[in-house]
Parts: sequence; structure tokens; C-alpha cells
Amino acid sequence: MTLVHYLVLSGILFSIGAVTVLVRRNALVAFMGVELMLNAANLMLVTFARMHGDLHGQVIAFFVMVVAAAEVVIGLAIIVSIHRTRGSASLDDANLLKN
Amino acid sequence: MTEQLVLSTGEAVLFWVLAPLMVLGALALLFARRPVHIAVSIAGVMVALAVLYIALEAPFLGVAQVVVYTGAVMMLFLFVIMLVGVDSTESLTETLAGQRWIAIVGGLGLVALTIAIVTRATFASPVGLEAANADTNPVGVARLIFGDYVFPFELTAALLITAALGALVLSHRRRLGPKRGQRETVEKKLATFAESGSATAVVSAPGPGVYARTNSADMPALAASGETLDASVTTVLRVRGQVLRDEEAAAQTGRVAMIASGAPVFDTTDEAQLEDETSEIEATATESEGAEGAEGADPAGSDHADRDDAGDSSPETDEGDER
Repeated sequence: MTLVHYLVLSGILFSIGAVTVLVRRNALVAFMGVELMLNAANLMLVTFARMHGDLHGQVIAFFVMVVAAAEVVIGLAIIVSIHRTRGSASLDDANLLKN
Repeated sequence: MTEQLVLSTGEAVLFWVLAPLMVLGALALLFARRPVHIAVSIAGVMVALAVLYIALEAPFLGVAQVVVYTGAVMMLFLFVIMLVGVDSTESLTETLAGQRWIAIVGGLGLVALTIAIVTRATFASPVGLEAANADTNPVGVARLIFGDYVFPFELTAALLITAALGALVLSHRRRLGPKRGQRETVEKKLATFAESGSATAVVSAPGPGVYARTNSADMPALAASGETLDASVTTVLRVRGQVLRDEEAAAQTGRVAMIASGAPVFDTTDEAQLEDETSEIEATATESEGAEGAEGADPAGSDHADRDDAGDSSPETDEGDER
């Protein structure tokens, strides 16, 4: 058991989040995949902070959390307003610019 | 290479307990159907992450993770799922050919790549945060945030205010017509009533359930003419396909239609059916004394445990009165 195990876990979580964004059509679920990717990146930052004995990594992870909170607020507001106008939370239905 | 940081056995046990759970919870993103299930399992993953942060000598971030992610972000997700998600069924048709398989292969490749990089890279021997956390971890983090990172921290404030305003703007609905208060609503209702003369313009929408057999919310109400009123069942149940079984509704419809046809119901039925019905009544009465209602044999009936048992036996007596 070394710190590398944490990095492996972080990589697995990040990949699951990435595949979710690519595969799932529900906007909310895809958005949760984005959150999981952010969290995986945070885990990696915290692990490296411990590995190097340097708190900068934790500070960056803290900023990532703040930005993620702001991003969630805006993203969910967009999802709600799209659902209100188009009656759907599916990513495939938001194709006004395409058609 | 001398390891300066020795990970304790307890931490290893913690990691090997939490890591598989986290991966399982994260896999719900790919395999679970209902967004609510996914949100709850992701919230669990985030709590486990917070525990790992604390194990990684970052207690401040661990607490912030619980507060920000599980407390705020995931609960916000749950609120939005309640707003939009109940009927957000996912279309399984692929708009891009083979996109799903390419994504899965790419994801596996990403896993392999990150694991390969991380395990093959040579890292300096881990130092640990003993020295950096000498004045406790929050103090150390605060020194950095309010020291080296003051300016980004100030920018964060602007970002959060912008996000809050943006959410307000995005979820704002512009009023297109004049405001409709209680008085306007009443006047409009009465105007339609005067025009159409139909009472449905004034009275409220019918509630679900049929008094004669069941009052549960998944049984559509019956109109006086005998057909079911779909509007009486809540949209959620309709979307989930949990509206009461068709044959139940059909039985009710037929019964009401017989009653509505004018003549006493028993006069129009033959003797055999009368026998059937009385035995059915007895069966219902005995069964309703048990734990389950008369619909106990019905697989769908288990979903509706809230159904009133008394509602199964009393309607027959009501019917007797009508006869």
C-alpha cells in the first residue's frame, strides 16, 4: 500500500466520469459525471500534496471545489431553463443550433 | 530509496474498504437507471472521498468536501431531479453510430493509460505533511490561501457572486401577460362557466380513487358516464406506468356503466354471475381481514401497501345499498 494506490483510484474514478459524460444522455447524469471527474482530480491533488509535503496541492483542490460549486449552480440553472423551454432534460434534444 | 512516510496498516485497511465501494458507487453513473439512485450513490462516493482526504492528512478539505459536495452540490442535484428528473427517461437510440462502444473502449484505454503512467513513473520518496501541518492543517492551508493566494481568493468571491446572479437570471421567467391574482382567476373561471355552462370550469379537478373499491392514488377516478378520468391521477404515477391495472379500471368502468344504465344492476345480471359476485364478496371479506387486501395475488398490488384494507370490504356493502 503506497500513495500510488490513491492515484490509481483517482484515475479509475476520472475515467468513469469521462465515460459517463460520453455515454449518458440525461443532462443531469452527465453533469454528475463532470462532478466525479472534478473530485478525482481533487483526490490526485491531495495525494500529491501529501507526497511532496507541500500544502499548495490542498489549496488548489480547495479552489477547484469553489469553482465546482459555482459551476454546478450555473449548470443546473441552465438545465432547468432548458427543461422549462424544451420540456426535456436530454442532451440530444438541445439541438436548436444544429437544425 | 528510503521511505520517509510509512502508511499505517489502518490506512491500508481504510483504503481497501473504501476504494472498491467508491468504484462501485461511481459505476452507478453508468449502469443505474433512475437519476435519484445515481445522485445518492454519488453522494456516498463523495462522503468516502472526504474520509480519504482526512486519511491523507487534509482534514480541512475533508470537512469542506462533506459540506460543499454532499451537503450542497448533491442536494442541489436532488432538488433539480425533483424538478425535472422524474420523467427524464433516457433515449437509447444512438445518434452517432457506434458512439457508445467507442466511448467505452476509450474509457478503458484511459484507465489503462492513467494506471500505467502512475505506476511506472518514479516518484520521489513521499514526504508526508507532518512538517507542513505542524500548526494543524487548517492553519497551514489558511496561511497559503491568505498569503500566496490572496488574489485568486478574492477573485473567487467575484466568481461566486457572478454565479449566484447568473442562476437568478437563468431561472428567471419573464412575465408575458398581466399578473393573475386570485380575483382574476375566479373571474375567468366564472366567465368560462357562463359561456360553456359546464360545471367542470368552476369545480376543482377530480381526485383519484373510486370510493366503491379503492381510494388509492393510482386508481383513476370515474366520470359519471363511466369512463376513467386520466387527469385525476398524478403525472408522476402516469409517467412511471404505475396507474392502477387496466382490468381493475375496466371492472370499475363496467360496474358503473351498469349502474348508470338505469335499471337495478342485479336485474340485468343472470343468476350465475350473481353467485360469482357473492362468493367474490365473501372472499374479499375474509381476505381483507388478513394482512393483504383482495388484490394480494396481484403482483402490482404489493406496490400499493398504502391501500386501505377497509376500502376493500366496505364498498360491497355500499353496493348492496344501491341494489
